[in-house]
Amino acid sequence: MADAGEPEGPERKDDIVKAKQEGKELTKEEKQRLRKEKKQQKKSKEKKDDKPSRDSEKEKKPASAASPAPQTPTQPPAQKAPSAAPAPVPVPASETPSAADKPAKSKAELKAERRARQEAERASKGKKGDVGPQAAPGKPKAPPSELQPVVKRLPEHVQVDNPEVLKKLAKKLERQQTPEYNAATKVKIPLRSDYGYKVSLFSHLHQYSRKAPLTQQLGIPSTVIHPAIVRLGLQYSQGIVAGSNARSVALLHAFKQVIRDYTTPPNEELSRDLVNRLKPYISFLNQCRPLSASMGNAIKYIKKEISNIPSQCKEEEAKRKLLNCIDCYINEKIVLAAKAIAKYSIEKISDGDVILVYGCSSLVNHILCEAFEKNRKFRVIVVDSRPRLEGREALRRLVQKGINCTYVLISAVSYILPEVSKVFLGAHALLANGYVMSRVGTSQIALVAKAFNVPVLVCCETYKFCERVQTDSFVSNELDDPDDLIVTRTGTTQLEHWQEVPSLGLLNLVYDVTPPDFVDLVITDLGMIPCTSVPVVLRVKNVDQ
Amino acid sequence: MNEEELVEYFRAQMRKDPDMASAVAAIRTLLEFLKRDKGETILGLRESLKWATDCLTGEDSSVAVSSGGELFLRFISLTSLEHQDLSRCKKVMEERGELFLEKISMSRTKVAKLCHTFIKDGAKILTHSYSRVVLRVLEKAAAEKKRFSVYVTESQPDSAGRQMAEALRKLNVPVTVVLDAAVGYVLEKVDLVIVGAEGVVESGGIINKIGTYQMAVCSKAHNKPFYVVAESFKFVRLYPLNQQDVPDKFKYKADTLKTVQNLSEEHPMIDYTPPSLITLLFTDLGVLTPSAVSDELIKLYL
Repeated sequence: MADAGEPEGPERKDDIVKAKQEGKELTKEEKQRLRKEKKQQKKSKEKKDDKPSRDSEKEKKPASAASPAPQTPTQPPAQKAPSAAPAPVPVPASETPSAADKPAKSKAELKAERRARQEAERASKGKKGDVGPQAAPGKPKAPPSELQPVVKRLPEHVQVDNPEVLKKLAKKLERQQTPEYNAATKVKIPLRSDYGYKVSLFSHLHQYSRKAPLTQQLGIPSTVIHPAIVRLGLQYSQGIVAGSNARSVALLHAFKQVIRDYTTPPNEELSRDLVNRLKPYISFLNQCRPLSASMGNAIKYIKKEISNIPSQCKEEEAKRKLLNCIDCYINEKIVLAAKAIAKYSIEKISDGDVILVYGCSSLVNHILCEAFEKNRKFRVIVVDSRPRLEGREALRRLVQKGINCTYVLISAVSYILPEVSKVFLGAHALLANGYVMSRVGTSQIALVAKAFNVPVLVCCETYKFCERVQTDSFVSNELDDPDDLIVTRTGTTQLEHWQEVPSLGLLNLVYDVTPPDFVDLVITDLGMIPCTSVPVVLRVKNVDQ
Repeated sequence: MNEEELVEYFRAQMRKDPDMASAVAAIRTLLEFLKRDKGETILGLRESLKWATDCLTGEDSSVAVSSGGELFLRFISLTSLEHQDLSRCKKVMEERGELFLEKISMSRTKVAKLCHTFIKDGAKILTHSYSRVVLRVLEKAAAEKKRFSVYVTESQPDSAGRQMAEALRKLNVPVTVVLDAAVGYVLEKVDLVIVGAEGVVESGGIINKIGTYQMAVCSKAHNKPFYVVAESFKFVRLYPLNQQDVPDKFKYKADTLKTVQNLSEEHPMIDYTPPSLITLLFTDLGVLTPSAVSDELIKLYL
């Protein structure tokens, strides 16, 4: 308990010395320290809510919180609060001896105060998830005996096998009810439970069953969630709306409907209230089916636009502006981008080409149809795989246009590749380290194409670029309903009772990542770039915004 | 200035200084064209500059001339041309043009300064055909009192390699001329490979005299470093996927393109080396890995 006091002790002496030179600075420092203490007390109270097992210690807390001494918040041993306290403290301690002149010292001290305040706030916010990594770099001078075992925490959506995290998630969903001013109509967003045995490598991910949609757990009337969003959630979870672009466009249209039906409650600002309204909708959609990278970027954009609405703007005008923004986004980032990508891709398709495509990518189908209209002579090989068999949809669209097509399953890809001159692949997202995240099976095709020296071209709009970094398909993925694997083409179902066999697990992965060495070219609406230049594009886009 | 004057001026520049890169001569010609132009609008000026670049590529079809011309156009128009008076705008553009020319005439020296440190004492170097940048690098290394020996390929069909060997003998560097077919044979004796480039493409690969790709593949197989030296005005916004994807207008000499009907019977003069075979590129923008070329290109062109 004296631990936080120790580093503060010598600093206090310094301050007292300096107080003789700068009277007003000391009072500011004291105020800041008091503020810090209050925050730590608040934090410890929140800790009390989350961990009911620590009741005895919590009882000590309100009693000890009354005393003004700084040793107060550091009493309970397994608290993360003390990690925050030494974090801000060494910072001012290091700042104060550095400056030489009087005016420079006061500036440094002000900076130190600000930094300490920010660290305290950050620590109190980050407590729910990752306190460990924040506390660790902020503890250069704290004695090692004081260090609790600092565990690096993963984000919650990939910690499904940890029951504590699930409890936290349920509480979070509870707290995210839309503020209804009539308490009787408060309905919480249900937490969807996992289904079936999960393969151990992927046990940290959710696995839901399509036969148990989330709407069964919603009460009637579910006035909390807008019906357009409920419909959208069902469409996602049943697989009616599938494909990265289709999901994003459907999401944006649903949000347009929400905005049209929205009325600002009295004494609230549209810019803040609407964002809060959207949060439970987004959680609901996430429970129905995990959000894709493109949907994440679209949501970020909408939230930014909403919070940028000036407060003096009238409601009708604000709504009109938002609807306009969303239309612009869809037009620019999806429709026009597809046209630009088609223009660049057609340069790469020459007469006599044999093009291989995998699954059903709306962008690749668009490109091939455009190229056919511009009278390029080529033929297409569509590769398909179970259980989704999306290639059939692509085949249908291309044959309707009149393009010469061949259909194979993915097991025959090394047989067919010597005939192929180019491979066109779509992408679900492009990660910041150049890896391509796409439908499961894509990396296999890229690997075999590389072995046969066939160029691999990935087509992706820039709104699908995300800042995430991933080098394997395990750490973050999506598990689909395992019951999809039961039925085969001939209708036999030997796996029907798979749940009864304890050593049997069915794995139905949705995405995989392809390393940039296998990809020769990425065609985006900004032009043709190599796979390693994705962070450059992200940087250029951030500068533009 | 009409087409004949343009071409004549270009040829005169090439004759005056045989050591100058063809792209630099082209840029000088374009600057002269700009000075003599009597257009009335900025847009018209830009159009006529583009036409002039096309004429010059008709005379000398190398990649560097077209990339140099495009970069020149971008550089001079990248400033604010908000002046009311057209002649003031033209003056600004001319000044920018002179600045650009000055910068690129220093580029070979910058490249040589960066590259000569990679040549160690006692090194055996393999190079391909006649490249003035490589010559400058080797000159600098020799001036730094390094002892090295050079193997040069003969580089048919124009035997440019022999010209390189002559120039190196004048520097008192021990040089051996080898057949193009003997590259695999000689690579085990060699420590590093340095080649020039006619163009550097967006993927980080290079376009150079035919035979370079072979040399790159062999040096990869022998695990020898393959270095490319090129000035920054050779960066071009092309992205070939394989040899077939390089446009025909670069592959053959300008007069061949104009006279011959069936190009499949002609020998291509250049080939494309993909970035996976290149270790490092030495440019006046610094020492780059092939993946950094795209970054630099985005900065230059966007």
